[in-house]
Amino acid sequence: MSAPAMPEKVAGIMPRFEKFGLRHYLICLKGVVLRECLRFLHQRERFISSLVRPLIWLFIFAAGFRQVLGVSIIPPYKTYVLYEVYITPGLCGMILLFSGMQSSLSMVYDREMGNMRTLLVSPFPRWFLLVSKMLAGVAVSIAQVYAFLIVAWFWGVKAPPLGYLMVLPALFLSGMMLCALGMLLSSMIKQLENFAGIMNFVIFPGYFASPALYPLWRIQEASPLLYKICLANPFTYAVELIRFAFYGQVDWLSLGVVAGCTLLFLAAAIIAYDPSRGLMTRKQDTGGNA
Amino acid sequence: MQHVRTSGPRDEVAALDVAGVSHSYGPKRALNDVSFSIAPATFTVLLGLNGAGKTTLFSLISHLYDTRRGSIRIFGHDVSRASGEALRRVGIVFQARTLDLDLSVHQNLSYHASLHGIGGREARQRIAALLDTVDMQGRQHDKARSLSGGQMRRIEIARALLHRPSLLLLDEATVGLDIQSRAGILATIRKLVETEGIGVLWATHLIDEVEDGDHAVVLRQGDLVAKGKVADVVRASGAGSIRDAFSKLSRIEPAGSAEISP
Repeated sequence: MSAPAMPEKVAGIMPRFEKFGLRHYLICLKGVVLRECLRFLHQRERFISSLVRPLIWLFIFAAGFRQVLGVSIIPPYKTYVLYEVYITPGLCGMILLFSGMQSSLSMVYDREMGNMRTLLVSPFPRWFLLVSKMLAGVAVSIAQVYAFLIVAWFWGVKAPPLGYLMVLPALFLSGMMLCALGMLLSSMIKQLENFAGIMNFVIFPGYFASPALYPLWRIQEASPLLYKICLANPFTYAVELIRFAFYGQVDWLSLGVVAGCTLLFLAAAIIAYDPSRGLMTRKQDTGGNA
Repeated sequence: MQHVRTSGPRDEVAALDVAGVSHSYGPKRALNDVSFSIAPATFTVLLGLNGAGKTTLFSLISHLYDTRRGSIRIFGHDVSRASGEALRRVGIVFQARTLDLDLSVHQNLSYHASLHGIGGREARQRIAALLDTVDMQGRQHDKARSLSGGQMRRIEIARALLHRPSLLLLDEATVGLDIQSRAGILATIRKLVETEGIGVLWATHLIDEVEDGDHAVVLRQGDLVAKGKVADVVRASGAGSIRDAFSKLSRIEPAGSAEISP
């Protein structure tokens, strides 16, 4: 067996390494994003289910409830819109929500299977690795949203042409917030089996207590308490940010809340994954015997 | 602090310096005031039964856990304070399999290269050379899932060497492998020590992997009970062989420390 030459290495002398520059950081980011995309492509079932879920809501739920749920003219809409059109931004949010939680599931899986260790022992700063992982998750989420929007377009649910471009920053920011939340949750989940709790306590309440399926004014009429819960739900603002962006508008309150929550969740996740301060230290769940 | 072995007359920096390290999981003490250091270009065996604290020590060295008591330095870089500089100099093969089974061998290795800021042609060249080193040439497009346990280990060793570390940590790297695979992997690692000057810390509980010329660190229930050249450890323990010495030193009942200093 031949061995590769290692010119910098001489036994007994401290090895020298080139200082990491922007190029190295970009290589690392590209590698993490590429891996996430490859994993997604290799898991066809995940892609199909991520597409089927919102389409069921669009094709079946929205068609069935079109006559039951009237939507009055509320911003950003200037005319009456079909119920399918109303719930499309919410379904985009749903894809981001599920995808963000899925990426947290994959982090728990990676931690249980040991793959997480290869990421965490990289010499790059821990915060950078986690942000890279988050960006990778967002890239995959956005690809799923656009796949859904293409199918919806053929179904007759069409936004203004420019809206498909304008919505991209809103999808990115909302995806970041939900991936950061997923990452924070993944640091708290000790075993993969506990992930079902995320479905019951995060995804479903987050989705239904939001304007994804019905406007907030209708919720306020039905239950003032639920309305207050909706207002406290960050996902509410993600949906509204996406809805306004489809029509080339910025809902500044939503933008502020989503940006603020992204920073908050991300900071908490970085602390949680910091070996000296975080939850990882308390739980010691990186595997091994002792 | 003395090295387990110094490899030359120069006053050189230790490849790994563990000083007064203790670690607990809640009330359970996993490591108790462990101190040793290893010189570059040496093969050091970390011996201990299951639960002795080997994996905890590896997790501390690789900064998966923070060192709360004591200090760990890799080529002079403190793992807690300068983790990036320290981790650039160390390659790690974990006890659990850590390849992504859905990806190909090349994709797994490329991913690791990117985690060390190595990309493009340089990464491809290093991958090709290292697959040759671990006798896995021609397998780069195979899915990791299709490899045997021994082949996966070889790929993990190639991965640990991709960023050209000066210290290699292997945690029970041969567990679950057949005799031939174990011998092949061990021979590859020993050759790296000779030809590349890499310092190796080889954690195992398989005593037949130890050779007379090696250096040994023996852990028992979190305590360091012996360190030094294998021959010195055997002599100090009063046993006739390293197998007997390990059995004696690993007994659960209280026993005197057989600490050896060169």
